[in-house]
This record gives sequence, C-alpha cells and structure tokens, in this order.
Amino acid sequence: MNTPIRFSLALRALHWLMALMILTMLFVGVGMMSTASDARRWLYELHKPLGILILLLAAIRLIVRLVTKAPPLPANMPAIQKLAAHASHVLLYVLMFALPLIGWAMLSAGGYPISLLGSIHLPPIVSQSAPLYALLHAVHVTLALLLFGVVLVHLGAALLHGLIRRDGVFSAMASWKRGRF
Amino acid sequence: MSEPTPPRPPFRLETLAKGALIGAILAVVAGLFVWAAGWLSPSRVSPGRMVDALETHGVHPGVRRAHEKGLCFAGHFDANGNGTALSRAGVFAQGRTPVFGRFSLGVGDPNSPDGVPGFHAIALSFQQANGEIWRTAMDDTPIFPIATPQSFIDFQLATAQDKTTGKPNPERVQAYMAAHPETRAFVKWLHDAPFAASFAASTYYSLNAFRFTNSQGQTRAVRWSLKPEAPFVEIDKAKLADLNKTQPNFLFDDAIQRLSQQPLRWELVVTLAQPGDPTNDATKPWPADREQVDVGTLVLDRASLEDNGPCRDVTFDPLILPAGISASDDPLLAARSAAYARSFTRRAGEQPTPPSALSKDAAARSALEGAR
Repeated sequence: MNTPIRFSLALRALHWLMALMILTMLFVGVGMMSTASDARRWLYELHKPLGILILLLAAIRLIVRLVTKAPPLPANMPAIQKLAAHASHVLLYVLMFALPLIGWAMLSAGGYPISLLGSIHLPPIVSQSAPLYALLHAVHVTLALLLFGVVLVHLGAALLHGLIRRDGVFSAMASWKRGRF
Repeated sequence: MSEPTPPRPPFRLETLAKGALIGAILAVVAGLFVWAAGWLSPSRVSPGRMVDALETHGVHPGVRRAHEKGLCFAGHFDANGNGTALSRAGVFAQGRTPVFGRFSLGVGDPNSPDGVPGFHAIALSFQQANGEIWRTAMDDTPIFPIATPQSFIDFQLATAQDKTTGKPNPERVQAYMAAHPETRAFVKWLHDAPFAASFAASTYYSLNAFRFTNSQGQTRAVRWSLKPEAPFVEIDKAKLADLNKTQPNFLFDDAIQRLSQQPLRWELVVTLAQPGDPTNDATKPWPADREQVDVGTLVLDRASLEDNGPCRDVTFDPLILPAGISASDDPLLAARSAAYARSFTRRAGEQPTPPSALSKDAAARSALEGAR
C-alpha cells in the first residue's frame, strides 16, 4: 500500500506557517477596524503585504496539495463527518484566495493605492466605483468573520481528534516524526 | 488502512476534562478576537465613534461626513527640484506630476450657503509617475482647533444640535470650551480673521506635521503650505447674510469663474521644524522664523462638478503617502485616516449619491459648460 499517514512535509510546513499568518491577519483586520489610534496605521500597513503574501502562499499550497497524496480520514469516521471535514477544507482554501483578492479589488474600487512596502505597490484590478467599493467592503468583512468561525471549528475539530479520538487525523498534520512520507 | 485505528475510548472523567480543555482554548481564542475587534470596548476611540460624532450634526446620505460641499478640479504640480534635498518622493524631482483635487467647505451641510464660518479647504491627489499617490487635505487656517481624537469626539458631541431646541446646548459648549483652551484660541482666531472671498486667493496649511526622508536616509519633521499667486481678498462679514440669500454659492462660483479664465497657481512651501517644535499637536503653530523651502508650483486649470468629477469617490486620507513622506507622531493623522475611511464606507453604500449643490446652480453649470 502506498497510502501516506501524514501530509507531505511541504504541506505541513505551509499549513502551520499560514495558520500563524491567517490568525495574525484576522486579528490585525478586526483590530485596525476598531481603533482610530496610531496603532491603526501600522496594523493597516501590515495588513496589506501580509494579505498578498497569504495569497501567494495559498497558490503554492494549492499546487502542493494537488500534486501530493493526502492521508485518508479514518475508515470508521461517519460519512457525514467526513463530508463536513472535506467541505470545511474546501471552504478554507476558497477563503484563503477570496479574502486577499477581494481586499485588493476593494482598494482598487475605492481609489486607494495598493501599497505594500516602501515604493512597492500593486496595480488596481478593477476600475474605480464607489458602489462596488461598498459591496466589496461588506463582502470582505463578512467573509473574514466567516473565516474566523471556520478556523475556530477547524481548531476545535483538530483538538478533538488529537486529544480525545487520537485517530491519527491530528498527527497527519502535526507530527514531525521521521517516517513514511 | 496501514495503521489500525485505535478503539474509541470509553467515556471517562479524563475525556470530560479534555473536552473542557478544548472548550477553554476555543473560548480564549474567540475572546481575544472579540477584544481585538473592540466589541467589548464601547469607549475605544474607534473610526465608527468618530463618524457617529460627526453625524450628530446631521446625516446627508451618500455625502461625506465632513467637508460636504465641494467642487472638483484638475491640474498639475511643477516641481523645481528643491524638494529632493528633503524627500526622495518622486513628486519633488524636477518635472511635472498630474494632480486632481477638491475645494470644499467644512461647515456640516452639503447645501449650506458659502458665507458661514468654517474651514475653506483644498484637497489634492498627486499621481506620481511610478504609480504611488500622495493625498493631502489642507485648510485655510494655520492651526487646527483640536489636538486629539478624543477631543474631536467631545467637541462634535458638545456642539451637536439639541433635539428640542435645534441648537447646540450652551451649557455643554461652555463645559467643553472651559476644558479646551486650544479650541478657544482657535475660535477667537477664526472670529478675528477676515473672511476669505476666494478659494483661489487663500493660503492652505497641512495642519499636521509629517516627516520627509531624503535619498541619504535623513529625516526631518515638516509642515507644508500652499501660498497663492492671487492676492488675498476678503468679504465684509456684515455682508455675508445678504450674499447667502442672493448668491449662496458665491465662493464656488468665484472658483469656477476664475478657473474658466486662467489657471490658478500656488507655491508649495515646506517648513522645517527645529528640535523641540511640536510635531504631535496640530493646535500649536511653529515659530514664524522657521526655514521654508519652495518646492514647486501647483497649477489648477480645470473645474468640474463633483457629480462627474474625479474627486468625489475618493478619500483625501492624509496617510496616503509616497515613500519619502511619512506620518509624524501627531495622533490626529491616524484618526483622520480612520474617520475618512469610515465616512467613505458609509456614503459609498448609500446609493444613489445625491446631486451636488452646485449641480443645481444654473450659473455654475453654464460657466463650467462654457469653459469646456
């Protein structure tokens, strides 16, 4: 049998790196929306380049995910739970792409520069439009809150598998022991 | 499966404890998120509270929450190259940078007549050749009435219309003023200052301090101002009430008229701080003898109504800066940025945007048509 028990090393590394970045990003996002203090300035200046970095890593990660073999879920896991697991993973991937792209489009529609670091900036990806800006802003905020919710469910499920069920699902992503794949 | 799935553990106290641990971890993460988002901190000085404070003076859907009445213009900036010693921003390298912007009145109502006390303002957006943008919103007062975001909120709430009388509550105004000598000083200044008769002939000030960094990495605190080519003209304040009735848009009509005849020019002058000059307080002027550098000429040559102009659907956020210009430690900068952004998000969602006051002014419309 050629079935792996763990995700590939590249995917595990990307998962934990991006987990840290996305969680940071969510906190930075709601934080910068909540304050008119000077902290807002550096939170906003962190939010944009970090978002673009997440978009780039998401693209690499999707490729790695598609070309490597993923470990199967436990055979005795109920079908409905398997479906929920797969659906939440698809949703996480969709949101990893959607949030940075919508943020980029939102700034474009609002006539804001998409500045990243120093003089480095990105071109607008949609033409300027206030109604579109308002729509994209609402979608960006809603999806960000949805992402935080999905991340919480994901974390809860991971801890359930790792601490209580101990069925190998958690260690498929969290184990760094040498071994198969 | 290559590895046997371990049997499900029977229900034990240990499982319950682990379940509780998982719940606690999730609760801590969610709690931190709620804290970061400020949902448990109604007293945090947030963008929403700043705009809410502005809205106590009336809400005009689809319109900016401050500096509501405006006119768009376009032109360019001719840099003379003197600014490159101070800032590496491309806009200061000798040559031409396209500009658009907006004249506005900060008086709380998009349909107000022009002859009321308040800020006469100019806002600019410089489009650098490398794609970077510099936005600045400037007033015709060398100082600002308010030093901090909290004072801004307090001032707006203290001067809001009382629901029963339709006027500001004098007791609240007095209480605010008693605690804020800087606002009192500004009100006296505004009262004593002549009423500017033309947007084209006013000096405009950056209000806040910024930092300029040159290509050698040297950074200096600066303020900047626009000094008009046209000589200052004033209107007798006693005549404003009549003018408001006969020609309510007289300031904007004048700007349209002048722009239809010839380009309007200002020198952009950078004032350099000396050590000890306040950079974190827009209510405090710097000594008059500070070194000033003329970095180029702003030339405006076309006006257009906000309804079809480039200036309406953007914010003149003072933190939209090219590399070479950065924020100072003035707490108002982040607050202005935050409030403008929230104002924009609100008004952009209130479609359709109502027609501007000037679009209903037949004289203004025909002058703009004639210029085209």
